[in-house]
Amino acid sequence: MNVLETASALAAGAVSAVELTKASLEAVRAGDATIRSFLRVDERGSMAAAHASDARRAKGQALGPFDGVPVALKDNILTEGLETTAGSKILKGFTPGFDATVTRKLREAGAVIIGKTNLDEFAMGSSTETGAFQKTHNPYDLTRTPGGSSGGSAAAVAARFVTGALGSDTGGSIRQPASFTNTVGLKPTWGRVSRHGVVAYASSLDQVGTFTQTVADAAAMIDVISGVDALDSTSADLPKPNAAATLEHGVKGLTIGLPDEYFVAGLDPEIEQAVRSAAAIYERLGATVRRISLPHTKHALATYYVIACCEASSNLGRYDGVRYGYRAADSKNLRELYVQSRSEGFGDEVKRRIMLGTFALSAGYYDAYYVKAQRVRTLIKRDFEGAFKAGVDVVLCPASPVRPWVIGEKLDDPLAMYLVDVLTLPTNLAGLPAVSVPAGFTSNALPIGAQLIGQAWGEAMLLRVARAFERETKFCERAP
Amino acid sequence: MKLTLEQVRHVANLARLALSPTEVEAYQQRLSVILEAVESLAEIDTSGVEATSHVHGGVSHLRPDVASNESGTQRALANAPQVSGTSFVIPKVIE
Repeated sequence: MNVLETASALAAGAVSAVELTKASLEAVRAGDATIRSFLRVDERGSMAAAHASDARRAKGQALGPFDGVPVALKDNILTEGLETTAGSKILKGFTPGFDATVTRKLREAGAVIIGKTNLDEFAMGSSTETGAFQKTHNPYDLTRTPGGSSGGSAAAVAARFVTGALGSDTGGSIRQPASFTNTVGLKPTWGRVSRHGVVAYASSLDQVGTFTQTVADAAAMIDVISGVDALDSTSADLPKPNAAATLEHGVKGLTIGLPDEYFVAGLDPEIEQAVRSAAAIYERLGATVRRISLPHTKHALATYYVIACCEASSNLGRYDGVRYGYRAADSKNLRELYVQSRSEGFGDEVKRRIMLGTFALSAGYYDAYYVKAQRVRTLIKRDFEGAFKAGVDVVLCPASPVRPWVIGEKLDDPLAMYLVDVLTLPTNLAGLPAVSVPAGFTSNALPIGAQLIGQAWGEAMLLRVARAFERETKFCERAP
Repeated sequence: MKLTLEQVRHVANLARLALSPTEVEAYQQRLSVILEAVESLAEIDTSGVEATSHVHGGVSHLRPDVASNESGTQRALANAPQVSGTSFVIPKVIE
C-alpha cells in the first residue's frame, strides 16, 4: 500500500494504526539487516503513537489522512526524546529537547514515526556510505548504493518498510537517491518548508522534502510539512501547494523544455534513452517538447562546492564540545578542547568540506571564491528564469548521469563523487522545486529517474506533469 | 591553485582541526585538486551581476523580537558533556 491507500484503509476501518505499525516494525526487523536503512527504530514511541491514533479514530476524532500512517525521518531531522545524529560521531547520543517543525507537523497530522534513517555524515555525500555508523544498500541490488545523502529514507520507502519518508536535499540528496530506488523524490522550492530543527549543512541550499511511492502521495505529504514558521525567517508566507486539486489535469497544451546542457558526454546512454522516451510520451499526451539552453549549467558544480562548503564551514563551527555533542577527553585548555573534539568527532568528508570552505572564506580569498560563486549563482538562476519566461512550464532532464554504482567504488575519489550531482545542483542554486519520478530500468534492472524542474512555488504544476507520466507508465509499481 | 603545506596548516588552524603531517600532505593534494576544478569560475564575466544571497527575495519574514524560554534551561543543558548548576563547564581560560 502507498500513503493514500493506507489512509483510505484506515478511514474505512479495514486496518488499524497499531496493525500498520506492527507490520512496519516487523518488516524492518525482517528486511533491514541487509539493507540497513534505519539507524534507529523507535518501537515504543511508534506503538504509543499508533495506539493514540486508533483511540482518536474510535472517537471520530481522526486528525486527517495521515493519522496512523507510518513514516520515517532522515536522521538530520530533530525528534524530541529520540537520538538524532546526522550520521556523525560528533552527535552520537544527542537527544533533542525539541522537535523540528516538520516533525511537529507530521505528529500533529497523526503520522507514526517508525524511526530515523541513515545518511551521509551531515548529509554531505551522494551514496549513504560516509555516515559514521553504517552503509545503506540499494533494495534493487544489495551490492549497490541507494544514492545519497538521503539513501536511508529512499531505501526504506523502496523496500516498503514505510509508505513515506522525509529527507533533505542540498544538492540532489533527495532526487538522486529517489532515482536510484524507483521512488518519487520531491525537493520543494527553497523556503516552502521550514528548516527549523533540521541539522544545518548549507543553509541557502538545504530544503526538506519527501520520498513516496507515488506522485499523489508526494502531493499529500508536502501539504502536511509546508508553510510559514515563526522559527525559520526564510520560510515563505504563502498558501500550501494543494497539488492534489490539479494532479489529474494532464499536460495537454503545456510546454516541456529539454535542456541541451543536461545531455552531455558521460551521461549513461540507457538513462538518456529513458528520459528521451519520457519526452516522447509527453508529446503523445499533447505537450509541446522543445530544446532549451541553460548555458551556465557547466559552472554549477564549482559554484555549488564553493557556496556549500563555505556555509558548511560556518554552520559546523557550532560543534565545539561545549554545549552538546562529542567532547574529547583530557583537554588541557579551551583551544585544545575545540581542536580535539572536532578532529576526533568529524569524519573525512566533513573535514574536507570544512577545510575547503574555511579556505574560501579566509582573508584574501573571500571575494575570489565566495562572492564570485554567488554572482555565478545569479547567472544560473537567470538561465531558468529565461526559460520559464519564454513559455516553458516544466524542465525535463535526467536526475543522475550514472546508474547506482557498487558500494565503495567512488569513495577514494571525492571529485568523481561530486560529479554525480551535476544534474541536480543547479536547481538548489536557483532555489527551484524539482522531483525525480520512476522512469524505467537499465538492462541490469537498476532504477532510472527522470527529473522535472518547476518554477518557484510551482509544486502543483510540477507534480501535475509528473503524475501524467506516472499514470502512463506505472514504473512505480515494480517493487524490488 | 595549488596550496602550500603552510596554507593547509593555516586553514586547519582557522577551522580548529588538528592534522598529522601525513594528513597535511593528503589535504594539500585533495584540496588542490578541488580548487583547480573550481578555478573555472574566474573565467566567467560577472561584471554588473549581483551576488545572490537570498534566492527568493521578499518572501521571508521577521517575528516580534520577544525573548522566550520555551525549551527551558534543563533541556538546554541536557546534552552538555559537563555541567555545573546551570552552567556549561569548560577548561580554565584565565590563569
